[in-house]
Amino acid sequence: MVYLIVFLPLLGSILSGFWGRKLGDRFSMYLTSSFLILSMLLGWIEFINLSNSQFDKVYPLLTWIEVGDFNVVWSLRYDMLTAVMVIVITTVSAMVHVYSIGYMSHDDSKPRFMSYLSLFTFAMLMLVTADNLVQLFFGWEGVGLASYLLIGFWYHKPSAHTAAMKAFVVNRVGDFGFILGIIATYSIFGTVYFDEIFHDVGTLNDHSIKIIGFYFNSIELISILLFIGAMGKSAQLGLHTWLPDAMEGPTPVSALIHAATMVTAGVFLVCRISPILEYAPFALDIITIVGALTAIFAATIGLTQFDIKKVIAYSTCSQLGYMFFAAGVSAYPASMFHLTTHAFFKALLFLGAGSVIHAMSNEQDMRKMGGIWKKIPITYTLMWVGSLALAGIPFFSGYYSKDLILEAAWAASSNSGYFAFWLGAIAAFLTAFYSWRLIFLTFHGKANASNEVMSHVHESPLVMLLPLFVLGIGAVLSGWIFYEDFVGHHWHDFWGHSIYISDTNKALQLAHYVPSWVKLLPVLLAVIGIFTAYIFYIVSPNLPSVIAKSLNPIYKLFYNKWYFDELYDYLFVKSFVKLGYFFWKSGDENTIDRFGPDGISKLAKNISSKSVILQSGYIYHYAFAMLIGLVVLLTWILMGKGI
Amino acid sequence: MMIVSLEHYLCLSAILFTLGVFGIFLNRKNVITILMSIELMLLAVNINLVSFSSYLNDIDGQIFTIFVLTVAAAEAAIGLAIIVVYYRNSGSISVEDIKKLRG
Amino acid sequence: MIISLFFYLFSFIIVSCAVMVISSRNPVHSVFFLILAFFNSGALFVMLGAEFLAMMLVIVYVGAVAVLFLFVVMMLNINYSQIKDGFQKYYPIGFLIGLILFIEIILMIKGGNVLVGQKESLANNVPNTHQIGSILYTDYIYIFQISGLILLVAMVGAIALTLRDRPGVKKQNIADQNARKVSDVITIVKVKKNET
Repeated sequence: MVYLIVFLPLLGSILSGFWGRKLGDRFSMYLTSSFLILSMLLGWIEFINLSNSQFDKVYPLLTWIEVGDFNVVWSLRYDMLTAVMVIVITTVSAMVHVYSIGYMSHDDSKPRFMSYLSLFTFAMLMLVTADNLVQLFFGWEGVGLASYLLIGFWYHKPSAHTAAMKAFVVNRVGDFGFILGIIATYSIFGTVYFDEIFHDVGTLNDHSIKIIGFYFNSIELISILLFIGAMGKSAQLGLHTWLPDAMEGPTPVSALIHAATMVTAGVFLVCRISPILEYAPFALDIITIVGALTAIFAATIGLTQFDIKKVIAYSTCSQLGYMFFAAGVSAYPASMFHLTTHAFFKALLFLGAGSVIHAMSNEQDMRKMGGIWKKIPITYTLMWVGSLALAGIPFFSGYYSKDLILEAAWAASSNSGYFAFWLGAIAAFLTAFYSWRLIFLTFHGKANASNEVMSHVHESPLVMLLPLFVLGIGAVLSGWIFYEDFVGHHWHDFWGHSIYISDTNKALQLAHYVPSWVKLLPVLLAVIGIFTAYIFYIVSPNLPSVIAKSLNPIYKLFYNKWYFDELYDYLFVKSFVKLGYFFWKSGDENTIDRFGPDGISKLAKNISSKSVILQSGYIYHYAFAMLIGLVVLLTWILMGKGI
Repeated sequence: MMIVSLEHYLCLSAILFTLGVFGIFLNRKNVITILMSIELMLLAVNINLVSFSSYLNDIDGQIFTIFVLTVAAAEAAIGLAIIVVYYRNSGSISVEDIKKLRG
Repeated sequence: MIISLFFYLFSFIIVSCAVMVISSRNPVHSVFFLILAFFNSGALFVMLGAEFLAMMLVIVYVGAVAVLFLFVVMMLNINYSQIKDGFQKYYPIGFLIGLILFIEIILMIKGGNVLVGQKESLANNVPNTHQIGSILYTDYIYIFQISGLILLVAMVGAIALTLRDRPGVKKQNIADQNARKVSDVITIVKVKKNET
């Protein structure tokens, strides 16, 4: 059954990709969606099975690499961590597939889209069921590829394909760290299999490795390198520049990849290698700090953006920061819990935004929206649900997961933990603020769109609303249903051996016992945030522009994404473009082409044009040539005779 | 210098031959000149053969000269016939105009 | 002594005639100079003791070939043509090549060993014609016949090349004449009485 879960999407992808034209748009869409729904149901069944009876199993497939001591076998590993990820992935993916049937109904290449979506799902499933680092990397690269294909789905738009390239290249930088991590792992542990690595970690605690004359603690080194890979994939600070531009892709893509699944691959990796990380305290600190910084950084930018999808994208970036700093304080279950709830409500938000965009005739700028809550009430309600979950209002799922993370950060009682707590709290305030800013600007207030657009505003069809309902249920219920299992006192029974927390790191356990003000602070900040947004955007709509003008430098900093893109462009992009240009012009064209194809053809032309002169057609020329030949022959003979 | 030896005749023959060769490709006038240069070359060869035959007391040289004569006559006839027909077809026998073989 | 004088005289005339042949503007003049060259070389042949050959030279070359040249030159209406300037640049290199050729031939002459004939020759006071005749029809009979064939082929070729049918000239075709039948020429018509 596990095989089916993983390979059904692949089958759907292949069928729809290669024979999509023959099968027809409708059939490929229904086929891929039904495969995904089947996968989802099987995933849930496996999850329930596994939670009832703890058995971790590895399902081998076939051998991939066997070179000397290096041995990699394709196999599917199924433990609790995998099971949780599988239900998240398949559920969101199935919902996105169904949603796309409606959203992409006007598009020309529907089979291609569904094929890419299923391909992505397959790669992600391979990633989470990997038994060794190399197979995980295969899935890693696969989702990167699918992300590239999907972001640049409308490939004739120049902004789309440049965004796709940017995503791929920035990811690549992270992947480079990942590869170095795999190499370091293999050279230190002698194997890439998780089980064997986790088994040996304890014995190599003080092992250090010498690189270019410097000594590094091996475990720290591996952890940091693998974290760099996670940074790239999950858009943490430094390698985050691709995420907002990735909104060039269709909205279902954003929902699937950049909310629920691909960006969470980094979090998954960090949780998967928790046994290693537990022996690398320095790396954990770094993870905490980076996560916290990302959380606040993305929230500040999200305040100022006007594109509805970009706001939600920065929100994702920020929430990923939360997940990472939760892992940094060794509260991996909390991180996974937030991942699950976040998947639901963020996908809900994205798909809801897609519904709004669809209603507003493909308008994405919030400044051109407004006053449509009465016309699309269902979407409006569901956006409220998602935002409530995101802000962490009690009873909605986000409250349980986000609060727990902040509690764990406090309970870690380390400098990095406190740092993360305060930044996380501020980010919670900002999160609530920009979420309601989005709702108020989009649905309330004056209608800024043209009359024609306003007349076309209509509720989405059922095929698009149904996934929203399912995700909404998840956004509401997943919190208190899974709280006890995931992060309660018996979390160890639930997760089994998939997550390891050493006894010195008690953040998760102590999180339940933190002072009350710590528990209540995030909720309070969220409510204040909602209220502030209300004042800013409903009561006195002039207030935002006034504040923006008075704090102009800060506003500009936030609006221009802290100038990261410009910085990177100046530092890296320009030099690489120059380098590439140089290699292309001088290297490729001038050298290789000149001596190769062009050179030879030019040479042939030159020689032939010069040789043609000999064929003048005049007989006396030919006679002259004959005479010259005769003379040469004579000379040669005379020379030979020595005269 | 006073006694005319074989080398003198051979030298004369060489001069005549070279002049004939000059005539073939240094003329820009007409094709008849080419044929006449060929005749000059054959004449040079004849002188060569006869002088050898005389100085070596071997009659074979003169026999060969007869045949050269015969063939030269035949070839001159055919050559002239070709020129006549070419003139009929193209109207000119200036050497510059014969460049149909141009590549 | 006298002989050498004659030799130099004749050879000088031959060489200057050859030069004039190739550089004369008027083609008729070229042919005349060619004829003069032939005559003088005939004289040279006589000096060498080959009088039969000298006569042959005069009869065949001068009497037939040169006259043929003259006919063709007259027939073709050749204009005096000026030497075009563009080709003057070829002169130096052509001259050089020819000079090289000449030098090499001279080198061969000077450097080579001249073999003394080992063949048995007839006595020197036998006339040249006799000498030629005794060898030509015995040892070289095949070549002799073949040269006759060559002449035949040349004749046929020359005629075949230049023969053309002129329209409007009445000719007899004997084969057609002999193959004519009565029925081609005469038709018998019954004429009724009192018909015109």
